[in-house]
Amino acid sequence: MIPMEHVLILGAALFAIGMYGVLARRNAVLILLSVELMLNAVNLNLIAFNVYLRPNPATGMVFSVFVIVIAAAEAGLALAIILRLFRNRRTANVDEADLLKW
Amino acid sequence: MENLDRIGPVLVMFLAAGLVLVLDLLPPRSNKRVLAEVGLVGVVLSALWTAALLIRETGGSPTDLAFAGTVIVDNFTLFFYFLFPAITGFVILGSLDYLDQMADRAAEYFALLLAITGGAMLLAASNDLILIFIALELQSVSQYVLAGFLRDSRSSEAGLKYLLLGATSVAVMLYGMALLYGLSGSTALPDIAAALRTASDGQKAAYLAAAGALAVGFGFKMAIVPFQMWAPDVYQGAPTPVTAYLSVGSKAAGFAITLRMFYGTLGADSIAGDWANMFALMAALSMTAGNVLALQQSNIKRLFGYSSIAQAGNFLVGVAAIASAGGRFTVSSSAVLFFILAYTFTNLGAFFAILAISNRIRSDRIADYAGMWKRAPLLALVLAFCLVSLTGLPPTAGFWAKLYVFNAALRADMVWLVVIGVINTLVSAYYYLGIVRSMFFTDPRVESPVQPTVSLSLSMAVATLGVLAIGLLPGPLLNVAERAATVFAR
Repeated sequence: MIPMEHVLILGAALFAIGMYGVLARRNAVLILLSVELMLNAVNLNLIAFNVYLRPNPATGMVFSVFVIVIAAAEAGLALAIILRLFRNRRTANVDEADLLKW
Repeated sequence: MENLDRIGPVLVMFLAAGLVLVLDLLPPRSNKRVLAEVGLVGVVLSALWTAALLIRETGGSPTDLAFAGTVIVDNFTLFFYFLFPAITGFVILGSLDYLDQMADRAAEYFALLLAITGGAMLLAASNDLILIFIALELQSVSQYVLAGFLRDSRSSEAGLKYLLLGATSVAVMLYGMALLYGLSGSTALPDIAAALRTASDGQKAAYLAAAGALAVGFGFKMAIVPFQMWAPDVYQGAPTPVTAYLSVGSKAAGFAITLRMFYGTLGADSIAGDWANMFALMAALSMTAGNVLALQQSNIKRLFGYSSIAQAGNFLVGVAAIASAGGRFTVSSSAVLFFILAYTFTNLGAFFAILAISNRIRSDRIADYAGMWKRAPLLALVLAFCLVSLTGLPPTAGFWAKLYVFNAALRADMVWLVVIGVINTLVSAYYYLGIVRSMFFTDPRVESPVQPTVSLSLSMAVATLGVLAIGLLPGPLLNVAERAATVFAR
């Protein structure tokens, strides 16, 4: 079996890549994609902890199912809001959403 | 049935939300006020159910678990079971004026508002990481919709910024929750607390890392520096009643779960000092950044965005102020809860006055508030009184709130934090009282009088009387806060 550390390192790397994407990307859809990457890193961690440390009960897996469901709801809502912004401003670039500032 | 009884007040909120949506489909469809009334009935029923729980609570056991320990109903939960419906009741009353701007979507508006309230109450009652996550997201997702509720570009921009930053902070929080689960092997808060007490030194570092990640998610809800970026933008772009809700409801929910998580679960002596220092630093930053940036604002909703960051810093002084020995959390948690109560009344009162004024003059610019004393004497008085309370001058609720929080910090030997807090109070007086000065001592550009509606006047009167009553007689509410804080006494 693969040692748990390897899975955790993969999770941490995925999380870091996602965080980099959130900070570096300028397109709202791609930022959303990066957030999903971070959430999947969390899922990987949850399941790894569940399987390697305490296989019974399957709390970690249940947790990750909830994370997936809510991430889906959030993604649907995010796309709707991005669409609304696009209709108003003709852009999905977060740098150009600059009406509200000091 | 016993399980359902304990989350009864929450269920009432969700049922009311569903009922509002269904009622909207029945004729006559033009009457939207009915929907608000259904919401208000839900709020009252929920409060009554909480009262019933409270009466039984005093006779029986101090804590009640439900749903296999995932929900806990203790004095702390009951405090928020009362607070959140009360806030929503006020906001519904304040929204009546706003109905015409929401046109055909009033049902969705009220349903989302009630769902947020249910989520916030569930958050205060949750005793398990999974439930914390679900309740938090139930609240957040509905709030993203409400922030982007108007069809103009400002509102959708506010919604987008709120959502992207919120989703990111929740992802970081989840990473911390996964760590906690890996360290303790359980998602139940009591199990995590037990595992922390027997943790090795290496594990403690990991627990601290998880605590930091959780603080990102909770800090976003509380709008504290460095997770405050969204607040001014969302406050300015969102519909004004939603801003009023966010500034008190969302913040109170954030502090409820922070207290439960950090005082109740991660409160072991070995790491408490470390996260308390982290919160002290964030408190100092929030107060300073919020107040300094508020100085140059010209839009009143945006100004309140920065002011709410500074106020969150004041709350956080209380959170950080854990005593070094014996009953570590009692003084500080009761001070924070009292501050939440005082701030709720004060900020709602201020927002209702702003709502009444801006609905008539169609402007959020502070310059247009000049000479308001001549156009609407009562509104100007209410707003001025609430601003004085936000500054923290007697005889208002805000004075006692700041006094208790700073007292807790002094007892925790955090003199430097109190010094920063007092300096910040002086800075905040400049812009709070600047609005008062412009309302009372300058001449209006337009002379036409401004009249508030009945529902707004009613909610404004209750909020203002609340501020005055707490200011003159802080004792009873301090007792309430102290009773709710007993759950953290160990």
